[in-house]
Amino acid sequence: MIAELGLAALWLAAALAALQLYAGAMAQRGHAGGLAVLVRPAAIVQGLACAFAFAMLLWLFAITDLSVKLVATNSHSAKPLLYKLTGAWGNHEGSMLLWVAVMALSGALIALVERRLPERTMLATLAAQAFVGLGFYAFLIFSSNPFERLVQPAAEGLGLNPLLQDIGLALHPPTLYFGYVGLSVAFSFAVGALLTRQVTPEFARVMRPWVLGAWVFLTLGITAGSYWAYYELGWGGWWFWDPVENASLMPWLAATALLHSASVLAARDALRAWTIMLGVVAFSMSMLGTFLVRSGILTSVHAFAVDPQRGTFILVLLALYIGGALVLFALRAASIAEGERFSATSREGALVFNNVMLTAILGIVLLGTLYPLLTEAFDVRVSVGPPYFNPAGAFFAVPMLLVMAVGPLLRWRRDSLGRIQRPIVLCGVIVLATTVAALAIGEMSILALLGLALSAGLAVASLLPLRGRRLRRVPLAVWGMVVAHFGLAVAVFGMASETAFSQERLAAVTVGETVRVGPWQVTLTEVLPNAGPNWTAIEGHLAASYAGGAPVELDPQSRSFWAPVQQTTESALATRWNGQLYAVVGSEAREEGAEARWQLRLWWKPFVTFIWYGGVLVALGGAIALVGRVGADLRRRTVRRRAAERRAEGTA
Amino acid sequence: MTAFPDRMKAKHQRLVLVAIALVALVCAGLLAAWALRSQASYFYVPEQIAADPPEAGRAVRLGGMVEEGSIRTLPDGVTTAFVVGDGKARVPVRFAGILPDLFVEGSGVVAEGRLNIDGTFVADNLLAKHDENYVPRELREMTEHQKREVVAETEQGA
Repeated sequence: MIAELGLAALWLAAALAALQLYAGAMAQRGHAGGLAVLVRPAAIVQGLACAFAFAMLLWLFAITDLSVKLVATNSHSAKPLLYKLTGAWGNHEGSMLLWVAVMALSGALIALVERRLPERTMLATLAAQAFVGLGFYAFLIFSSNPFERLVQPAAEGLGLNPLLQDIGLALHPPTLYFGYVGLSVAFSFAVGALLTRQVTPEFARVMRPWVLGAWVFLTLGITAGSYWAYYELGWGGWWFWDPVENASLMPWLAATALLHSASVLAARDALRAWTIMLGVVAFSMSMLGTFLVRSGILTSVHAFAVDPQRGTFILVLLALYIGGALVLFALRAASIAEGERFSATSREGALVFNNVMLTAILGIVLLGTLYPLLTEAFDVRVSVGPPYFNPAGAFFAVPMLLVMAVGPLLRWRRDSLGRIQRPIVLCGVIVLATTVAALAIGEMSILALLGLALSAGLAVASLLPLRGRRLRRVPLAVWGMVVAHFGLAVAVFGMASETAFSQERLAAVTVGETVRVGPWQVTLTEVLPNAGPNWTAIEGHLAASYAGGAPVELDPQSRSFWAPVQQTTESALATRWNGQLYAVVGSEAREEGAEARWQLRLWWKPFVTFIWYGGVLVALGGAIALVGRVGADLRRRTVRRRAAERRAEGTA
Repeated sequence: MTAFPDRMKAKHQRLVLVAIALVALVCAGLLAAWALRSQASYFYVPEQIAADPPEAGRAVRLGGMVEEGSIRTLPDGVTTAFVVGDGKARVPVRFAGILPDLFVEGSGVVAEGRLNIDGTFVADNLLAKHDENYVPRELREMTEHQKREVVAETEQGA
């Protein structure tokens, strides 16, 4: 009964989306009649219906209803409740339902609160949102129904992939989805503004919180995904340039560019067409990402729940949305492109440069990700990895970081470099000093050296906009920028430091034996069996001491799950302020007549944690700016209402 | 630096911006094309290695099935030797490190590394996917092909 309720709610939401699209479209042509008033209520009820459908799915997973196919194939009655719930989106159908539910809810929120845009633009935006939503409803109802019943209820569930039974990964996909969905809202705004030719600074101010929110979630999602891959896969790396990782990086790059160009549009009424274009591109990238991840068209080490047929469906949607938006853009771009002028040396100039560099990096990543597909059409099998992405990406990232350091110090419209001579010299000195110091420490790759030097310069430069201001009076939006830019410097420092100074040790050791890695001394004290609710494991007990200090205990495991049968590596980490010791235990090295030896892999990674601290700081900066922007909007609204009240009193 | 001259209209500035953006994107494209030509590591299956081996020391990827009964640990305790085959050719592989989860005999694997002069493949990295149903895409096709061959042969024999 619950499953049927959920399905009915899904159909209702789809029908409301159709109504929303029809009424919104009619309103554009001026003959909606009474229908136009239905658009906002339709959006609100659609959001509620869709959220209800998702709640029903959660319920089915909570009670492990094995007559529902999705539950039977992805859950197990012996699983902890938390993972039963997170299992609801740990699969294709559930994650698509979550996606569309979040999108419908955000549509409802826009319909409820947004009153600043001209009504026609608003209705066009909601119609565009319904159009995007309808594709996903069709996808869910006709191709991947999450509520499908089994003819014969299963006796027991097949379980959830053990790698997904981790709190980090359980929360990771929804985080990314909030980001993707936020970009779908930005896309709808862009299409709405194109339809009514109302690309104004006000439009940018309305769209910006959505882009900011999406960007914060994307940043968190990428950071969490990177840390998850680092500690859960047991390979000791933090970025692999895997298609699935790139799928989340590409929308992030586009959203970052969009965020900055929307600021130019909001503050100075320039870059109109470019901002709209980025709105379309950012959402295209999140759709493309979904397609790459879900279709299995690219070989990836961590693409879950793939199915080529669904890939085709997403590809058709992608072509429809993006093709449609681009055609609309081509038709309308000429009539919206008039904007304010600015000099090359100005805040706008720096932001345009940052936008071009971000877009170039996006192009590099996109080409590298799709290249294997292109060559495969000619029967050449290719894999593209770090030797391509690192130098090609750095070629544009380095100048971007340099301009990023001075850009925030420049004034809008026109400025001269002479005015900010002193900060530029200061940053130059810091970069040079770091380079010399790093060269003195030891040999390292050019990328690591550049990363160390630039991160030091950027860290100082990012704080300079606060100089000479009373800190309590600095607007939150400026604080947000400072924190985010500083966070990026921290992350770059972590990446460069890990690349430059990591040390690795691989050995087969007997119990009681000690090995050294960097400043650490690690002793294997014992090896014991261990067991959890649905796994058994071999657990190594290590005593690790840093530079002769008191030992810390580390317990890496090699786990075996039985439903489904699978092995996983549970790494163990010892975290200090200046880095992490990373330990993995492997299998027993069997040899006739010799004492048992265990494979042990150890890494000492100086400052590796700064990568993720940096990522969190970047997201925090975005969140601070978001609070600042929304707060300012609310204040402005109150002021306007008071003024209107006063006028009303005056006339009365 | 002089600010925009007055005769430079907004339209001109827009054209300049578009031109700069295009130049940067074309640069990115050319750079990417160049890097892809020189840096992409190529994917080989054992049959290709036997027919036309890559030069020793060049970074390539090798994909195939781990042969039954071929996995053994060398005396140092951390180096694993095994054989990757595709039914037509076999390549001996050495890998120093902890084997990835799901690396088992009879399953698909992609090894990143280089071919030694003695014909051994030295892997820096083994990609065995973290999913019980995983077969590398390239191999999925190959085994389908093999299946068809097997069917054809048995039918002829009957």
